[in-house]
Amino acid sequence: MDYYLNIVLLAFINMIAVLGVAVFTGFTGLFSLGHAAFVGIGAYTAGALTYHWDVPFIIAILAGMAMAGLSSLIIGIPTLRAKLRSDYFAIAILGFGEALRVCLENLSITNGARGLSLDELSGPVWVTAVLAVSLLLTRNLLKSRFGAMFMSIREDPVAAEMAGINLFRTRLLSLVASAMLCGVSGALLAHRLAFIQPVMFTLTQSTQLLASVIAGGMGSVSGPIIISFVFTVLPEALRWLDMWRLPAYGLLLVVIMIYRPQGLMGYREISGLFRGRSR
Amino acid sequence: MSEPLLEVRDLSRMFGGIRAVEGLSFDAERGRVTGLIGPNGAGKTTVFNLITAVYKPTSGSIRLGGTDLAGRRPDEVVRSGVSRTFQNIRLFNRMTCLENVMTPILARASCGPIASLFGTPSARREQSEARERAYAIMRDIGIEESAHRAASTLPYGLQRKLEIARAIACSPSLLLLDEPAAGMNDSETRELGETIVRIRHDFDVTILLIEHHIQLIMNICAHIVVMERGALLASGSPDEIREDPRVVDAYLGRHRDRRSAR
Repeated sequence: MDYYLNIVLLAFINMIAVLGVAVFTGFTGLFSLGHAAFVGIGAYTAGALTYHWDVPFIIAILAGMAMAGLSSLIIGIPTLRAKLRSDYFAIAILGFGEALRVCLENLSITNGARGLSLDELSGPVWVTAVLAVSLLLTRNLLKSRFGAMFMSIREDPVAAEMAGINLFRTRLLSLVASAMLCGVSGALLAHRLAFIQPVMFTLTQSTQLLASVIAGGMGSVSGPIIISFVFTVLPEALRWLDMWRLPAYGLLLVVIMIYRPQGLMGYREISGLFRGRSR
Repeated sequence: MSEPLLEVRDLSRMFGGIRAVEGLSFDAERGRVTGLIGPNGAGKTTVFNLITAVYKPTSGSIRLGGTDLAGRRPDEVVRSGVSRTFQNIRLFNRMTCLENVMTPILARASCGPIASLFGTPSARREQSEARERAYAIMRDIGIEESAHRAASTLPYGLQRKLEIARAIACSPSLLLLDEPAAGMNDSETRELGETIVRIRHDFDVTILLIEHHIQLIMNICAHIVVMERGALLASGSPDEIREDPRVVDAYLGRHRDRRSAR
């Protein structure tokens, strides 16, 4: 039972990060190959606080969220101000992610490449509660005027600017919100796995987050959430396939993209859970 | 006549060695429809892009209601009271018509991210006010039946109207329309002309209109500015323009033939 519970909790934690990428990529239309860096910043901020100073878990989570949000300003202000096109931004943030990994490997507070051993603080109650709050607040944000501005930028940045939208500020807001969600996810992840090391937050993880959003459907919240659950559970369910596990995972992605190029949910939501699109 | 709303003075824009607009000066009188015509490549759309700060002028000035627009970002120009449509329609395709029209209204709303996160009463009030205003605009322009359809699913003529509705939702004092009748037949064009005249009155906007459909220009414009190769060729009332031999040579002559051929 513990084994299954653990998988479900990891899936829930992953969902929070995917939610973040859905806000930025799915709703605002900017691709990112570096969001794992924000997960890492959240994980290491929260982890270092509980490891070195025994800070209360809730404070550690909030600090992880805040640090991820602040660090997104470092990459967001210069790149988004320059109105880099989406693909250039993806590359710029990729560099940011790799730079961060090198920093984590060489700082003493992070214990370098050996990683940090932490207490297992992210129990079922914490994880479920944080996921619920994240879903609720994200839904509110996407239904608000900011959601409308995000989507209009995704649909046509030129027309959005001619609708009076400040592209830089709105994109930056979307980035900060998404980074904060990733930071929360990282803080929970660190205290679920009870161990973190820099190699856990690299391009591979960023790609998985992005793949969940694209396969789940850009402009949908429920699609990426479902897919991220499948992607977390599937590798466990397919353990009997042994070395064919990863090809099977890749095959699933290919099949989704061929038969549902718009993603599992496209631009819609599972009704009832999220009616965000039908105002 | 009162002072003009838009004053363009000695406006020039170079692209590399090419002078897209050169020493152009003209006015758009408050509350009127001013036509901007000229052969393809005359620089008309470049003028729109200069007014809306998509391009920076190489030299010259653009003043709106006496205020110089120099150095403003496009979204700031929009907030100063200029909005536009595009020659090749640009809608928020996967959003509904209602969302398209609500977006500029919501972009101006004041509630911050935190209030939005928690869905405070003031955030909800802004949403419902924006929705009502958007419905009112769509009713005026005659697209309210399509409110909940995705913009990309509308027929061409309605997409043009939706784009005008979205531009009106920016609460402009100056509305720039870039070939709104392109691709429309004669009856659709006539109806569009009526719509333009109506919105000028209903929303109290000054309109600057780029159009190749000469009949439409002659019918609804109080004043016409003719451009050729980036420079001003002539300006005046429809009657003056019709009689101007330079205009007939450069532009109208050819089009008159084409019209009679239809």
